[in-house]
Amino acid sequence: MFRVEWIGRRALEALGQCGRVLLLGVEAARWTLRPPFRFDMFLDQLLHVGVLSLPVVLITGAFTGMVLALQTAAAFRLFGAENLVATVVSLSMTRELGPVLTGLMVAGRVGSAMAAELGTMRVSEQIDALHTLATNPVQYLVAPRLWAATLALPMLVVFSDLIGILGGRFVAVHLVGTSALAYDARAIQFLRVEDVFVGLLKAALFGAAIALISCYQGYAVRGGAREVGLAVNRAVVQSIVMILVINYFVTAYSF
Amino acid sequence: MEPRDRIGRDGAVRVRDLWTRFGESEPWVHRGLSLDVAPGESVSIIGGSGAGKSVLLRAMIGLHAPESGTVEVDGLDVTRASRPALYGLMRQVGVVFQFGALFDSLPVWENVTFALRERGLGERDRRRIAAEKLHMVGLAKTEDRLPGELSGGMRKRVGLARAIAHDPRILFCDEPTSGLDPVMSDTVSELILQLKRRLEVTTVTITHDMKSAYKIADRIAMLYQGRLRAFGSPDEIRASDDPIVKQFIQGHAQGPMSIPGELG
Repeated sequence: MFRVEWIGRRALEALGQCGRVLLLGVEAARWTLRPPFRFDMFLDQLLHVGVLSLPVVLITGAFTGMVLALQTAAAFRLFGAENLVATVVSLSMTRELGPVLTGLMVAGRVGSAMAAELGTMRVSEQIDALHTLATNPVQYLVAPRLWAATLALPMLVVFSDLIGILGGRFVAVHLVGTSALAYDARAIQFLRVEDVFVGLLKAALFGAAIALISCYQGYAVRGGAREVGLAVNRAVVQSIVMILVINYFVTAYSF
Repeated sequence: MEPRDRIGRDGAVRVRDLWTRFGESEPWVHRGLSLDVAPGESVSIIGGSGAGKSVLLRAMIGLHAPESGTVEVDGLDVTRASRPALYGLMRQVGVVFQFGALFDSLPVWENVTFALRERGLGERDRRRIAAEKLHMVGLAKTEDRLPGELSGGMRKRVGLARAIAHDPRILFCDEPTSGLDPVMSDTVSELILQLKRRLEVTTVTITHDMKSAYKIADRIAMLYQGRLRAFGSPDEIRASDDPIVKQFIQGHAQGPMSIPGELG
């Protein structure tokens, strides 16, 4: 009895929170259409989410492409298909690994910062102060973050895909011994525009999910430092889980 | 409808039969509280910790939705107003938060003139106004510092400068003098008094500082157990023979007042 109740209550809580996160998204989208337009805030966020995430995204992408090449080469060598290493690397990077790993990195890097910043603003009454200065906090804080993350993620993924394929090329050419010409040809031979496009679509959805979940968690903080910490924690964990869930469904319905 | 066209835009604050709480199973904070602040009047709200002073102030600026009752500020019922109407009202309102609530990513002068930037005022004008208002609160030459570099009392005074930067007609202050030294505390009281006298700003001030309350208030309202226990001029409050009012303003630990969390 007790357990059933507990599961039911937790499920309702989770569902309710999903709804509130989506509502926050709707509200942010609606306030985006109203002047004043917060273009400076948007650019500022684009810098944080996009440009400043680039190093970590590049490093992650490069090593992922490299390890992919190393692993597939070892396996493909068993039946003399080393040439196909490039195909595996380019398809896995663009379809799955580029978007997902970039999403996970940004969730850790940016989601935590968003939740911490908004949470601190909440507990120190800065969000209330915005309201009293005739400024809608959702328009001022959430909307720029939502759009910046939604746009920055696909751009980051382009870099991640490219450097992943280049990393794989480095390993394939210098450590496995395939010819550079063959790698380049195989890398694009089976790669379709849709593969890249779906990868970028995923990235945009991941960006929106990270921004909304993290802003919601920060926004909903009540209390003090402890609650801000817990909100950051939840923001990162929920963003990561959502990224993997969204990733599955987009893959299932588009390939 | 533009908030400008509202009927009865007189700068008054009218609270009618206010019932508030934080959730369905939570105890009531206000139980049918009514309070009128006349245009241009200065009212200080006193009461023990947990008496619901801050919640009342939050309800007055539309940050806490009551279970029932109405709160009319400058002719607008903030409990039912749409967001845009509320922001229209907020252009006429200044709020001083207890701990300043400054935006820590912005330098002091941008904090002070935040509402003016939202209205499209240029940087030169805003810097001039920031310097002027900071001078009024005794903080000249702090324009370019960040809130993190200021002491608690300084932050609070920057908060006051921010609240008056757009020349509001109604000013709400949550403990504007707590944490200030006696001289600065008197300076802030003096400033609130001047705003009232010169610009006929309606002022609602939450305070624990009886000296400041006597100085700035036309009337003092004492909250107790979710209702108005006493409401009158400083002289009337001082002369009150209500044992609870007496105990509070004289600051005695022993007396008829029940202290939430300790005695019940």
